[in-house]
Formats: sequence, structure tokens, C-alpha cells
Amino acid sequence: MSDLSDTRARAYWKRNLALMFKLLLIWFVVSFGCGILLVDFLNQFHLGGYPLGFWFAQQGSIYVFVVLIFYYARRMDALDREFDVHEDRD
Amino acid sequence: MELKTLTYLVVGATFALYIFIALRSRASSVKAFYVADGGVHPVANGMATAADWMSAASFISMAGLIAFMGYGGSVFLMGWTGGFVILAMFLAPYLRKYGKFTVPAFIGDRFYSSTARTVAVVCLIICSVTYVIGQMKGVGVAFSRFLEVDYSTGLYVGMGIVFIYAVLGGMKGITYTQIAQYCVLITAYTIPAIFISLNLTGNPFPQLGLGSTLAGSDTYLLEKLDLIVTDLGFREYSTDVRISGLNMFMYTLSLMIGTAGLPHVIIRFFTVPKVHDARTSAGWALVFIAILYTTAPAVAGMARLNFVQTLEPEPGQHLVYEERPQWFKNWEKTGLLAFEDKNGDGRIQYTSDPAVNEMVKVDNDIMVLANPEIAQLPNWVIALVAAGGLAAALSTAAGLLLTIASAISHDLLKGIIAPGISDRQELMAGRLAMMAAIAGAGYLGPTPPDFPAGTVALAFGLAASSIFPALMMGIFSQRVNKEGAIAGMVAGISVTLLYVFQHKGVMFVASTAFLGDMPPNWFLGIEPNAFGAVGAMVNFTVAFAVSAVTARPPERIRELVEHVRIPAGAGMAEDH
Repeated sequence: MSDLSDTRARAYWKRNLALMFKLLLIWFVVSFGCGILLVDFLNQFHLGGYPLGFWFAQQGSIYVFVVLIFYYARRMDALDREFDVHEDRD
Repeated sequence: MELKTLTYLVVGATFALYIFIALRSRASSVKAFYVADGGVHPVANGMATAADWMSAASFISMAGLIAFMGYGGSVFLMGWTGGFVILAMFLAPYLRKYGKFTVPAFIGDRFYSSTARTVAVVCLIICSVTYVIGQMKGVGVAFSRFLEVDYSTGLYVGMGIVFIYAVLGGMKGITYTQIAQYCVLITAYTIPAIFISLNLTGNPFPQLGLGSTLAGSDTYLLEKLDLIVTDLGFREYSTDVRISGLNMFMYTLSLMIGTAGLPHVIIRFFTVPKVHDARTSAGWALVFIAILYTTAPAVAGMARLNFVQTLEPEPGQHLVYEERPQWFKNWEKTGLLAFEDKNGDGRIQYTSDPAVNEMVKVDNDIMVLANPEIAQLPNWVIALVAAGGLAAALSTAAGLLLTIASAISHDLLKGIIAPGISDRQELMAGRLAMMAAIAGAGYLGPTPPDFPAGTVALAFGLAASSIFPALMMGIFSQRVNKEGAIAGMVAGISVTLLYVFQHKGVMFVASTAFLGDMPPNWFLGIEPNAFGAVGAMVNFTVAFAVSAVTARPPERIRELVEHVRIPAGAGMAEDH
């Protein structure tokens, strides 16, 4: 870590936290929000034969979870490079 | 070919494959034994993690639970997948960066205390042992139903197989067998689902079939299902809330953070070469898990529909008992399905009214296993389902056993009791601990009759209320000190244990349920299975409060945390 100043390290961590917070918000909205808290409201809409709230609880939230993880991994790769803290540096 | 012969062939072939893999991937160093040499490709690790994670509960029980809980069963679907998002963002990359062999090793270093490490080992062992007992039970049930051998014989065969590849190969052997087991279990799960979806809706994708119209009509499947279950007096399938919205919220949250805190899942991420791989590997794990988890609700809904329509093909036209199908007779023999002709008309009345209902026993667990028979699929599909159930139980059992063995040989023996032992001695100790763990699980497996259902709740509750908060605070706070972490873990576990035991009896002996006169789910209407989230909040609160009034952690801990947060400089997972 000798090549990484304290301010740079803090900035990197802050950017990471901001990204996590954003993605965690989406994680919360699709599962606890659409799947549980807003389920009655959303069930008046339909996706094919699925009531929408029921679909989020049993299908939709899972698809969104998968996308969130890959999106996080990709954004963190970019962030690692920007701050030059990625692995395999020479 | 006869079903029994076919089942022997298919199950025998999969077992031969697992042993073949084990012989080809023997572990010759501690590093191979604990973390498979740290060289597993992220996609391969994702697949192994999926098999490690999906147990007999996911494969056999979950769809059956959802079939009878309807919308309320969503807690399992969201809870057991959403935890991977937490794992991928909050835990896996940093623990991989730190690069130790076990979870308690991180807790011991970060909180600069071998007491903290020991407390973590105790939590880990209790939660893994309770979990592994359920898997052993699953192995016994699958054997006794499909191979028609004695329950305990089935258990011993299963133990023997795990013994061969886990003791010989350690994490290396387990990783490659788990990949094979994933392939077996996912094939076994999806093939019947595809056939049933085609039969009912004409759509080969079960995920779409559940939202489609029934073949040859304009009625949506879910609409029809809601209609027929409400006709029988049950609550509407697509809106049947589990106790209350708050309870579902807490249940889902407990399963999510329990998932993220289960040590046998976390250590899988120590086997990939880089921090970057730990992040993507969690994504791949969830892809492989999602294939089963998005199929499960379709299996559930379709099984419920098929089941009700078999018993009552047209409204008011009840099935004559003497004309019941073969699968009905098969499952009656196991005692998991039972009929009692209350009104003496020789027909099966199935309703929600206990005074009239004649299906006196319908066990959740039979839905997945009986599904291919109910849908009249060929015998080889039924044989495959048996092999799939065994693969799910064995892969999870092996992962848990390795976690227990490494906590004993690496954390307790090498870490605390005898730091001077050589690698060779530690490897031998690891193998011995593994043997002891297998023998212990096999001994406990058949004994307590009602153990598994209660113990799964305890395993998640414990992981959620003890290990998860300790790891989170270890990475995200520089202020939480050893006093705080230890007090937090102890408080979190104790609260969760007390609430579970108060409802279900001390160690699940029902007669010891103290304060038995209290109303069920007395704390805000939250059921014991959902209590892990409350335990976690207690843990966080106690840890921060105690840390605030005691000394700051030493300066080197601040450096340790800074080091963990940055990917650069991650070596292979190693010892000290």
C-alpha cells in the first residue's frame, strides 16, 4: 500500500460504499419493497398470468439479484483500475 | 426396466463418478485440503458453491413448502438468493483478500483475540453440526424410499461415500465432486419440471409456464389454481401471506443474512485465485442457483394443481379410493400420505375443514419426489430425481464437514492449542477431525426424531446472529474492538437460542418448552425461524455499545482493515 496515499485510499473506499449503497437500495426495493411491502398494490397489475407483486416475490427479485452482482463486479473492476489498486499490476 | 433396478443403476453410476473424481484429486498439502490450492476457476467455483449451498432442503422440501404456502413461500425464494448479493458486495472480496484458510481465523486476527476466535469456532460448529444432521436425514429418506433399503443402511452408505471423497480429497476433492453433483441435481430438477410445464401449459420453460394459460383454454394457470384452492376452503394461492407482512419481512431478512454468514459458503470463496474472481464467482453461483430457484415456484404451483385435480377432477366429483393411482399407494406405504374415510362413501374428500377432510396426512416433502409419478413421467426420470436428491444432500454435507474439520484442526489445534505442529501433522489432524465429524453426524442423524425441521431454523438463526455481524463489523468498522465483538456474538446467539428454545423446547425436546403459556410468536408476531434478524440487530447494538465505552483497537488493526479493503496485493489464500 506504499504507493497509495491515505486520501486516495479513503476516496476509493468512499466510491465503493456509494456504489454498494445504490445497489443495496435496488436490492431492497425489488425484494422487500415490490415482493412484500407493496405486494397488494402491485398485484392489481399483471405480467401474463402473474400478478405483478407475486411475480417480483417468486421470479423478478431473483433475476435482479443476479444482474446486481455482475454489475457490481464490473463497476469495481473499473474502479480498481482508476485507483490503480487492481491485481496483477506490474 | 423396473424402477428399482433403474434407480440402483442411476444412483450407482453417480456414486462411481464421485469416487472416480475423488481418486483423481487427492489433497497432499494443507493448502489443497483447506482451499483446493486456491486455484479454482470462478465459474467452476460458482457451480461448486451452488451445489454446496443447495441442500436437501432446497431440492426436496422447498417446492413442497411453497406448494402449500403459496405466496407465503416466497420468503425462501428471496431469502435464500438475496443473501448472495450481500455476500458478493460486503464479505467475499474482503475475506478473500485477507487470505486465511478459515472464517474464525479472520475474526481472531481482526479482533486481536483468541477468545474471539474460539467463540467464532463454537458458533461455527453448532450451526454446521445442526445443519449437517438434516442432510444425513435427507440421505436416509431418499435411500429408504427409492432403493427400499433400511433407513440406517441408507445413512451408512451415504456416510461411506462422503468419507471417501472428503477425507481423501479435502476441499480439492469436494470442489470437483460438487461440480459433478451440481450437474446431476440440476438435470434431475429441471427435466420433470419441463415435462410438467409442457403437459399443463404447452410452454417448455417452467418459469414462463407458471404465468401462461392452461393448454387448450383461455384460463391462466394461477387463476385456475386460486379458484380451485379457494373452492376447497384454502386461502388464495397467489396472495396467501405467511402470518403477517412484518413476519415475512423478518423471515426473508434472516434467511438472507444467514446465507451470507454461513461459513461453509464463505470458505468456498477462499478457493479462487483473486479478489476480482471472488466478486464474479458469487454472481456465477447465483446464476446456477437461480436456475433451480426460478423453477421451484413453477414446480410448486403445478404440483398443487395436479394434486388437487387428481383428487377432485371436476368440482364435486371426488376420486374413488379404490381407483387411486399407483403413486398414491407407494407414498401411503411410507406414511407420508394418509387417507381416512370419515363419511364411509369410499371417495376422497380433500378440503381445508379438518372435520370433513379425509386426506389426514399430506407431507410437504413428497411433492418434488412424487411429482414425476403424478405427472406419469417415465421411470428413468424418477430414478434421476432420486440421484438428484442424494447429490444435493451429499454435496452440502461434505462442505459442512470440511468447515467443521478445518475449524478444529486449523483454528483450535494449530491456532490455539498446539501452534508448533508441522503441516504434515496438521493435514493428518484435519483428516482425523473430518472422520470424527462424519461419525458424529451419522450418530446424531437417526436419533432425534424431529430434529431437522427445527435445526435448520437454528443454523440460519445462529449464522445470522453471530458470525454475520462479526464479519460485517470487522470489515466496515475500525472502531469495534475485541470486547464489543465478543459481547455482540454472545448476546446475539443467546437471544436467538432462547427465543427458539422457548418455542420449540431446549434442544428441540418439546416438553422442555419453558414459558409454554406464552402466546405463539409472542415477539411482534415473529416466528422463531424468522428471529435471526432480531438476533443480528441485538449483536450489532451490543457490539457498538460495548466498543464505545472500552479502549480503541490498536493501530495495527486500523492498518489491517485498510489492507483488507483494497484488492491490490492479494496473494493466494495461505496460513500465517
